[in-house]
Amino acid sequence: MIGSLDTAILQQIWWILGAVVGSLFLFLTFVQGGQTLLWQVAKTDTEKALVINSLGRKWELTFTTLVLFGGALFAAFPKFYATSFGGAYWVWILILFTFVVQAVSYEYRKKPSNLLGAGVYELFLFINGSVGILLIGAAVGTFFTGSNFVLNEYNQVTWTHPLRGLEAAFSLFNLSLGLFLVFNARVLGAMYLINSIDFAMAPEMEMRLRRSCLVSLVCALPFLLYVLAGLLLMKGFGFDDNGVVSLVSGKYLHNLIAMPAVLVMLLLGLVLVVWGVVSTSFLNGYKGIWFGGLGTVLVGLAVFFTAGFNNTPFYPSKADLQSSLSIYNASSSHYTLTAMAYVALVIPLVLAYIAYVWYLMDARKVGAEDLGDTKAY
Amino acid sequence: MGEIDLALVNWSRAQFALTAMYHWLFVPLTLGLSFLCAFYETIYVKTGNEEWKHLTKFWMTLFGINFAIGVATGIILEFEFGTNWSNYSWMVGDIFGAPLAVEGIVAFFLEATFFAVMFFGWNRVSKGFHLFSTWMVAIGSNLSALWILVANGWMQYPTGMAFNPDNARFEMQNFWEVLFSPVAIAKFTHTTSSSFLVAVMFVFAVSSYYLIKRRHVEMAKRSIIVASVFGLIAFCYASFTGDESAYNNAHRQPMKMAAYEGLFDGGKGADLVAFGILNPDKKLGDDQDPFLYHISIPKGLSLLGMRELNGFVPGINDLLHGNEQENLLGYDRKVERGRLAIADLAEYKAAKKSGDEPAAQASLVKFNENQEFLGYGYLESVEDAVPPIQASFYSFHVMVYLAVFLGLICLAYLVYGIKDTIEEKRWLLPLGILSFFLAMIASQAGWIVAEVGRQPWAIQNMLPVGVATSNLAAGNVMTTFWMFAILFTLLLLAEIKIMLNQIKKGPEGA
Ligand code: HDD
Ligand code: HEM
Ligand code: HEM
Repeated sequence: MIGSLDTAILQQIWWILGAVVGSLFLFLTFVQGGQTLLWQVAKTDTEKALVINSLGRKWELTFTTLVLFGGALFAAFPKFYATSFGGAYWVWILILFTFVVQAVSYEYRKKPSNLLGAGVYELFLFINGSVGILLIGAAVGTFFTGSNFVLNEYNQVTWTHPLRGLEAAFSLFNLSLGLFLVFNARVLGAMYLINSIDFAMAPEMEMRLRRSCLVSLVCALPFLLYVLAGLLLMKGFGFDDNGVVSLVSGKYLHNLIAMPAVLVMLLLGLVLVVWGVVSTSFLNGYKGIWFGGLGTVLVGLAVFFTAGFNNTPFYPSKADLQSSLSIYNASSSHYTLTAMAYVALVIPLVLAYIAYVWYLMDARKVGAEDLGDTKAY
Repeated sequence: MGEIDLALVNWSRAQFALTAMYHWLFVPLTLGLSFLCAFYETIYVKTGNEEWKHLTKFWMTLFGINFAIGVATGIILEFEFGTNWSNYSWMVGDIFGAPLAVEGIVAFFLEATFFAVMFFGWNRVSKGFHLFSTWMVAIGSNLSALWILVANGWMQYPTGMAFNPDNARFEMQNFWEVLFSPVAIAKFTHTTSSSFLVAVMFVFAVSSYYLIKRRHVEMAKRSIIVASVFGLIAFCYASFTGDESAYNNAHRQPMKMAAYEGLFDGGKGADLVAFGILNPDKKLGDDQDPFLYHISIPKGLSLLGMRELNGFVPGINDLLHGNEQENLLGYDRKVERGRLAIADLAEYKAAKKSGDEPAAQASLVKFNENQEFLGYGYLESVEDAVPPIQASFYSFHVMVYLAVFLGLICLAYLVYGIKDTIEEKRWLLPLGILSFFLAMIASQAGWIVAEVGRQPWAIQNMLPVGVATSNLAAGNVMTTFWMFAILFTLLLLAEIKIMLNQIKKGPEGA
């Protein structure tokens, strides 16, 4: 059934699926945001323990979503996987490093004789939340600003910049996108913690979290505005019906106008995030994370759709325009896309059990009883 | 396709070996201990006996310490295919990417989601749902092993695909062939069953330590009984599937088998070397005896590999230079034909580019004649096609000796466990502690056989490692190699300290 679809349709479906996973990851970076808030909002050991134990129930979900994002791109757009990971070597390696150190930190931080001491593990968490997310943002920024690579006729990649991907972090646009994501993660982190912790033991932390939520949004705004302005004004990459890539003025503005649904997603998403913050910081609400989360997902989708649809190469090359990757020239074969689409049919089931377990586990807030547990982080 | 940078290739191999072997220190425990926890908890739920609950929680604590670092080392591997083997990822991503993505969708989320319940859910969900979650973690872990091993099995025995000259890549033709290839099945069953054995030895080691110290005696004995039954079953299954793996090697990777058997000249009714010391001076092509000393089982290898006493097993020389009697095409001929294929492919590409369709078709016809040898064309010389013999031979033999030993240990623990005299067997308990380390060695050795034995192929007969790497300066990879080496060692030391501390504290701390 799926097999009778056009290759182009399958390619679009897979770009949408990739965008969904990527956007869910952005929502789940509330874990990373929470990690960077640790020192700021938690002043006592009890407060720290509350934050860590609350995040500690979710970090694996974020981590696994990142892994799936990588796997899905590998399967659906192998040329992108090969070009970007093998080319922009250092960005990806450093991002991965920050996730390696994150993965042990929750479990090991409080264990006796843990070699490095709690402070180092907390530092690991901070690095993951700051440097890790910043670099991810910079890497996503190259979807719009382009990268430095050339593909030969065997599709082997040559990277033409000696920094091997780290140069992405030196573009103001990419950097702003990265910093926006860092602060947005902090907004989400504060909202999530407000939602999940029982503040009976730490009333002051609740106030601090509500304030941080607002402060983080205020910090995020200038970067967001810079990114949006940049996006609308910059020359973008586009290709014509023969697949020939060229620089097009106002390309991304044009994309948003050509795909009004995406424009609506972007604006609605931003409004939802702001509403989440308002409800958390001014109205003493506890459910801000759901608005902020949904808003982040919508913004994420809008970003991916703008980058990949409407005759736009999503991984453009500055060094050689014709090496640019689009969803049409970077994908797997029709057969593989079809087979994987069948597998993807289980995704709703996966989402359902994740939601069910989330609901069960969060029915009661994280509080004294959890900190007393021998399994507590 | 450019010059091959040997330093780059070797650093990339070293880095993959380092990170994979680190990952593999933790994975076998995850695979086996998750099931053991599920067994223990099932007994608790069935009997309602709180002692079993304490016991379950104790092993889960150790499981968690191991799990964290397993996850930490795993993420690198997933992305290393792209960062360090990007040409590989491009050439076979159409096939190889699929199992990795499936692994994420169906396995990793099971683990990640239910792990939180298993760890923090004791007072948050019902008893039944908690037990369900523990089982889901066990099943999820082993499903993740399934998919990654399907991917690995495909590297060892590529099937279900065809070469697409326009893209210069291999494309999937049949998902089921990839999933149910006999090599993938042997990989999965042998790796999981042998991992269960490793985890059983871990339970033996910790429990034996308590018995020696005369602490937590009841808990230790309970843990041992369940583990030894599981261990014995796992041992039988690992032996059976190990034999299956060797059979697969004989048919699909004969060079690997020749290397781990030290078989230079094959023949009908080949002997199996039960014990041997290789002659370190032996070179390819000379007529020295490959062994300084050996004890062989007559016709054993033919029986093992071909399932008949007089079956023909090719040796390294037969494979390199062919054997007319047996109708075996030598690597020397395959390399020649592979080079023709490369040249015809280049001609095809050039003709396509200049729009000369008839010339392109003519080149394509020529290319197709030799296409199946394409990979051989990238080998610099025929000798390159021989994997390191010493490493393969000794790893294989160590694995098999240790297997026998571990089987005996399981049996002893089961018998004395049932008789309830195990704590008096003071001679046995230290061996129980030792067994865990031996099991780890066996497990690592097995991977050395599998992975070093398939050199120089990243994908058997299709893609040599030399053309599989990313286009990087070797210095980059050398730097990341050391970064990983230092970081992983640090984390490993932390893990060991935490683990030992937790074991000393015993179940009270769990
Ligand atoms: C405790 C660990 C352990 C034990 C006791 C054994 N194995 Fe093993 N073996 C492994 C752990 C392992 C492994 C780590 O799981 C490997 C690496 C790759 C694989 O498929 O499994 C492996 C690979 C492996 C291979 C190479 C497979 C390939 O290249 O595809 C062969 C031929 C055998 N084994 C054979 C045996 C035999 C005949 C055994 C004795 C009865 C045995 N193994 C016991
Ligand atoms: C025989 C080979 C392997 C087996 C059986 C295996 C199995 C596992 C298992 C059971 C886990 C769960 C937790 C733990 O490690 O303790 C895990 C984690 C992981 N493995 Fe491996 N692995 C193998 C090799 C690889 C390779 C080659 C890759 C790269 C593709 C890889 C990627 C990962 C990743 C990304 C994780 C973390 C996933 C998460 O839980 O979010 N593994 N692996
Ligand atoms: C976790 C258990 C594993 C261990 C201990 C292991 C060990 C090794 C070793 C020692 C090498 C280097 C061989 C050499 O260069 O001489 C290697 C290479 C490699 N392995 Fe594995 N391996 C494992 C599992 C896997 C799996 C499951 C996959 C794929 C799904 C895989 C893919 C590769 C690749 C791509 C290379 C590099 C290319 C090559 O040298 O052939 N490995 N591995």
